[in-house]
Amino acid sequence: MSETKNTRNVSRRTVLKGTAATTGAALIGASFPMHFIKNAHAQTFRGDPGSSGSVKFGFNVPQSGPYADEGADELRAYQLAVKHLNGEGDGGMLNTIKPLELKGNGVLGKKVEFVTGDTQTKSDAARASAKRMIEKDNVAMITGGSSSGVAVAVQGLCQEMGVIFMAGLTHSNDTTGKDKKRYGFRHFFNAYMSGQAIAPILKEEYGTDRRAYHLTADYTWGWTQEESIKAATENIGWETVNTVRTPVGAGDFSQYITPVLNSGADVLILNHYGKDMVNSLTQAVQFGLRDKQVNGKNFEIVVPLYSRLMAQGAGDAAKGILGTTNWHWSLQDAGSQAFVKSFGQEYGFPPSQAAHTCYVQALLYANACEMAGTFAPWEVIKQLEGFEFDGAGNGPTLYRAEDHQCFKDVLVVRGKQEPQSNFDLLEVVKEVPRAQVEYPADMFGGELGPYQV
Amino acid sequence: MSNTQIVSPKQDLIYMVVLSVVVLTMPIWLQPFGAAYPDLMQKFMIFGIFAIGYNVLFGLTGYLSFGHAAFLGVGSYTAVWSFKLLSMNVLPAMIFAVALSGLFALLIGYVSLRRSGIYFSILTLAFAQMSYNLAYSVLTPITNGETGLQLTQGDARVLDRMAGIEASAALPTPNLFGIEGIGYSGFYICAVLLIISFFIYLRIFRSAFGLKLRAIKSNQNRMGYTGYNTRPYLMTAFVISGMYAGLAGSLLAVTDPLAGAERMQWTASGEVVLITILGGAGTLIGPLLGAGIIKYFENIFSAFNDQVLQNAFSFLPDWLGHAVASVAGLFVGDGWHLTLGLVFMLIVIFLPGGVMEGITRLWRLVRSRTTSFDGNKKEQQPSTREV
Repeated sequence: MSETKNTRNVSRRTVLKGTAATTGAALIGASFPMHFIKNAHAQTFRGDPGSSGSVKFGFNVPQSGPYADEGADELRAYQLAVKHLNGEGDGGMLNTIKPLELKGNGVLGKKVEFVTGDTQTKSDAARASAKRMIEKDNVAMITGGSSSGVAVAVQGLCQEMGVIFMAGLTHSNDTTGKDKKRYGFRHFFNAYMSGQAIAPILKEEYGTDRRAYHLTADYTWGWTQEESIKAATENIGWETVNTVRTPVGAGDFSQYITPVLNSGADVLILNHYGKDMVNSLTQAVQFGLRDKQVNGKNFEIVVPLYSRLMAQGAGDAAKGILGTTNWHWSLQDAGSQAFVKSFGQEYGFPPSQAAHTCYVQALLYANACEMAGTFAPWEVIKQLEGFEFDGAGNGPTLYRAEDHQCFKDVLVVRGKQEPQSNFDLLEVVKEVPRAQVEYPADMFGGELGPYQV
Repeated sequence: MSNTQIVSPKQDLIYMVVLSVVVLTMPIWLQPFGAAYPDLMQKFMIFGIFAIGYNVLFGLTGYLSFGHAAFLGVGSYTAVWSFKLLSMNVLPAMIFAVALSGLFALLIGYVSLRRSGIYFSILTLAFAQMSYNLAYSVLTPITNGETGLQLTQGDARVLDRMAGIEASAALPTPNLFGIEGIGYSGFYICAVLLIISFFIYLRIFRSAFGLKLRAIKSNQNRMGYTGYNTRPYLMTAFVISGMYAGLAGSLLAVTDPLAGAERMQWTASGEVVLITILGGAGTLIGPLLGAGIIKYFENIFSAFNDQVLQNAFSFLPDWLGHAVASVAGLFVGDGWHLTLGLVFMLIVIFLPGGVMEGITRLWRLVRSRTTSFDGNKKEQQPSTREV
């Protein structure tokens, strides 16, 4: 017995020694790569394609989770953008955006390649995927995303890593407000603009004496949209009865909709997006909300952020519902037409607003590189800041330098009563001019941070 | 049988040396697998720590906890708050994370361990979901809800300021006295911690305490009849595994200073169960293998897209290449869960002891080939043999 004990003691010491030795070795090992990075600091940057013949973009989109439909359409748009940048296909918006320095021979003479990743609509997974793109695939730029929570998280990472992030579909005020970053850019509109655009129409259609009930997706986008829509509707004289937060991806909203019936409200505002909105809207209609008369008025439902994919999912429930959208394929300007045509030829159906914003973002980044004559992010950022262009589908557009938010016309749309086809689901009620949705750059606070990290 | 077998100290030493060498040379030998980039290797280490900690509870006592992600989340939030309030040094962050998640485990364990079997699993699951929902919405001021807790320029960082470290224009990165927590250096920090954690875990396995935990697994009643009160041992195992999870959580924050609520969701708890079973519950290194396999699938398989597939099959004739690529496309990219599910099914059906059982069987096969007259009759053991 004592002998066994003795051997055990010796063993522990030996094992400890071994561990100490390996730990020491590891620490030495750890200092190596550090050294390397520090020395190489000067003018190098992550994602530098160097002398290779191609440059890589990272497309980080939700392929699973409540926003997977949008993610799939975003990926289609990106693949189309890469084709057009490399001079394949009919060129799409390359022919309509002005000014544009892209020649259809890649970017700065380098062929565009891409890697993809699944954000799973989770901040953690999105950041892990973005990190893989940066560390393993050496991408020059990351773009995509269909959730503001994810956009804010990835944007923060990109700022730390020094890689430009061209946000996809993100509608929260925070993305270019409180959480804005020097390396993050957003083409999509935001919740504040939605509120400003839709309020006059709501006043026209439903009057000034209304009582609104909000159901809100419980994260950054939902909160800011609720805040913006509440402010805008209260401005036209509406009263807010209640605001209720619902978890993202809830699926069953009946427990949230039942209380609406007895709340005395006559308008339900759904601050939901993607599959959540499809479910909550469908269930609200099934509960008979729209056939009700409250306070002597027809009960109405409003979906402030609307998209064709959602209208498709909601089917009949979406008919007559008002909302705003960044872009719609039925627009008649040259840029929209060119994009719809090449997207349709490639995939056989018209693009969604998510596809549109992602396509434009990829082209704008490529163009900024071309203008800067380099992929060095701080030079590219300077080109994007304050960039004014036209022909991308929303009229004259400005990338405001102070907060990296695009300013352009906003569409107010309504679910069509008699759709001609499976895709002809929304009609444009009004193209709200840019001047009406503009706001001062410092309204939401936040700091952009440094050019070089 | 093998439970009671005394392992020679030399064998443990070999274990530690081999593990250290394998772990520290990862950047080299993972190269051909396309996995030799810091973020993924950090994940291997972190989830390795998480899984071996979980194995102390599940592997040894057989108590299936479905709520370990809660401790992971507590660890992450604590670490990020330590970065925000105290210092960007990772030491206080890790110490606080381990301590707080240990405390948290004590509370949850105190209630949950009053039941066993399925009731215990459900209780832990309920607590973890409660924690998740709290973090997701109710405790938004502390956790920043769905967006996740992030560092900002204006954080207090009291200790750093006292030491005269002023934040530059960029956000500071977590560091261990100057060794940064990101990139390759971050990997080495995680790797060293994994080796230390593994050593402690090895000692637990070999100790009398570990033996008692195994006794609980094999027959808790009988253990009670022999005069042992099992509750304190279970409690200790639960707290230890909670602390391991807390350490893993803090390392997640060290390598990427952001803490999101989804880290506490039941899917994250399920993941560690999956990792442990896939690798081999109750085996020494099974959980490490499981963590490696699952993280590899999640990060590498999910990134394959049509373009990559077309290139991979470009040696085939065009039509065949397209056909193969489109079939294979179902199993990679967004279909990686499908592949993982299939692999998991195959392993559970054919190798109930996980990957480790496969390795043991192979090893036995090789041995019986080389020395045909071996004590084969002695070696016949149930499939859930413990290594």
